[in-house]
Amino acid sequence: MIDVKGLRKSFGDHEVLKGIDEHISKGEKVVIIGASGSGKSTFLRCLNLLEQPTAGTITFEGTDITDPKTDVNKLRQKMGMVFQQFNLFPHLSVRENIKLAPVKLGLASEAEADKRAMELLERVGLPDKADSYPRQLSGGQQQRIAIARALAMNPDVMLFDEPTSALDPEMVGEVLEIMKELALEGMTMVVVTHEMGFARSVATRVLFVDQGIIAEQNEPGEFFSNPQHPRLREFLSKVL
Amino acid sequence: MFTRLAAAPEELTGLAKLWDQFDTAFLTNGRWQLYFKGLLKTLELAAGAVILGIVIGIIIAIIKVSAQQSRDNGKHNLVLMIAEKICNLYLTIIRGTPVMLQLLIIYGGVFVSMTDGTLAGIVGFGINSGAYVAEIIRAGIQSIDRGQTEAGRSLGLTSGMTMRLIIMPQAIRNILPALFNEFITLLKETSVAGYIAVNEVVKMANGIKAKIFNIMPLMITAVFYLIMVIGLTQLQKVIERRLHESDRR
Repeated sequence: MIDVKGLRKSFGDHEVLKGIDEHISKGEKVVIIGASGSGKSTFLRCLNLLEQPTAGTITFEGTDITDPKTDVNKLRQKMGMVFQQFNLFPHLSVRENIKLAPVKLGLASEAEADKRAMELLERVGLPDKADSYPRQLSGGQQQRIAIARALAMNPDVMLFDEPTSALDPEMVGEVLEIMKELALEGMTMVVVTHEMGFARSVATRVLFVDQGIIAEQNEPGEFFSNPQHPRLREFLSKVL
Repeated sequence: MFTRLAAAPEELTGLAKLWDQFDTAFLTNGRWQLYFKGLLKTLELAAGAVILGIVIGIIIAIIKVSAQQSRDNGKHNLVLMIAEKICNLYLTIIRGTPVMLQLLIIYGGVFVSMTDGTLAGIVGFGINSGAYVAEIIRAGIQSIDRGQTEAGRSLGLTSGMTMRLIIMPQAIRNILPALFNEFITLLKETSVAGYIAVNEVVKMANGIKAKIFNIMPLMITAVFYLIMVIGLTQLQKVIERRLHESDRR
C-alpha cells in the first residue's frame, strides 16, 4: 500500500531522515517509536507530503506521490491524519468540522455528510457534542473529534502523529481506546507514539527510528522482549 | 453714557460673536454648499483609495504569504520569489516616504495633463494605503497557527480552499481593528489633497477662511471630520460585536 524508497529529508543543512526504505501493507498497524528529534514525526509527515522529501520516492496505492505531477490533494483524501495538537477548526462547530471537507470537495451532499458525521460522533462516543465548539471540549474529546473528522473522508490509511502527547494523563485512555477499535476494524494505521502499551497490544510491527534511519523493527513481542540494537535497548530501558 | 451703552452688547458677546462668525462662515451666500461639495470630494477620494488599497493589499499579502509557505515547504518557486522581491521593494518605498511627496510625484509625473487631481489622488492614496493594508492582512493571516493549514491540507482541501474556509474566517478577527485604523488614517490624510488641486473639504474651508479672516471654517471642518471618524468607529464596533457573537455561539 505504501512503499518508501531511499527517503531523505533535510531542513537547511540539517539532515533529519538519512535514507529510509519501508513497505507498509494493507491492514498493518505500524507503530513508530524513537527519541525526540530522531525523525519519526518527519517520516510520518513525509508520507502525506506535509513535508516535501529531499530525495527518494514514496508510492501510495501504485502512484508515485513524490512525482510533481501527482495531485497531492486527491492523494491526501485517502490518507487521514491526526495531529498532536488536534488542530480542530475553532470557528466551526464539531459537526461542521467533520462535514467541511467531504461537502466542500463535492464527495457528499450536506444531508449525507450530516448523517455520516452523526454516525462518526456516535462511534467516538460524543453524539451530544455535535453542535459544541472545539474550545468547549476537553483535549481528549477534541482528539476524538479530530479522529472522526479524518474518518469522514473514508481514508484507506490513518496517520497518527503523537495523538496523545498533548493530553492530560486521564484522557489518554479514551483516545487510545478509539484507536484500538479502529485497528480491530481493519484500518491500516501508522502511529508515532510514546505509548508502549499501545504498541505492544495493537501493533503488527514496531519500528525504532534513530538518527534518521530505521535502526530496528520487529513484531511487538520480539521487539520488546528481545531488542538487538544497543540504542533501542537503552531507549526501552528509559521508557518502560 | 453713549459709549457705555455701545460697549454693553460687545461684552455680551462670546456666544453672539461665535454665532456671527458661524453665520458668515457657513450660512451667508450659501457657503454651506461649498463644504458639502468639499466633503463629497473627500469621501470620493477616501472611498476610491480604500477600495484600491484593499485590492493592492490583498494581492501583495497573498504573494507574500504564498512565498513564505513555499519557502517553508523547501520549494523554490522563481516567479513567486521575484514577485515577493517586487512587493518588498514597493513596501519599502511607500512606507519610507511621505504620502504628500508620493502624491506630488504621481500628480506631477503621471497625471500631468489633468487639471483636477482627483484621479491622481485616488491612485496615490490607494497605492499608499495598499502598502499598509498588505502588512495588516499578512500579519493577520500569519497569526493563525500553522496546524490549521496542515489540518485543512491533510483532509485534501486545496491551498485556496484552506485559505478561504479555514484561515481567513479566523484571521479576519485579527485584521479588522488594524484595518479600520488604516481607514480612519486614510480618511484624514486625504486632507492634503488640496496640494494637487483637489477641492476636498479642507481646501474649500481654507478658501472661505481667506475671505472672512477667521478660523471658523476650519473649526466647522474639524467637526465634520470628527463626525465621520466617530461613524467609522461605530461601524467597527458593530462588526466586531457580530464577530464576537459568533465566537460565543
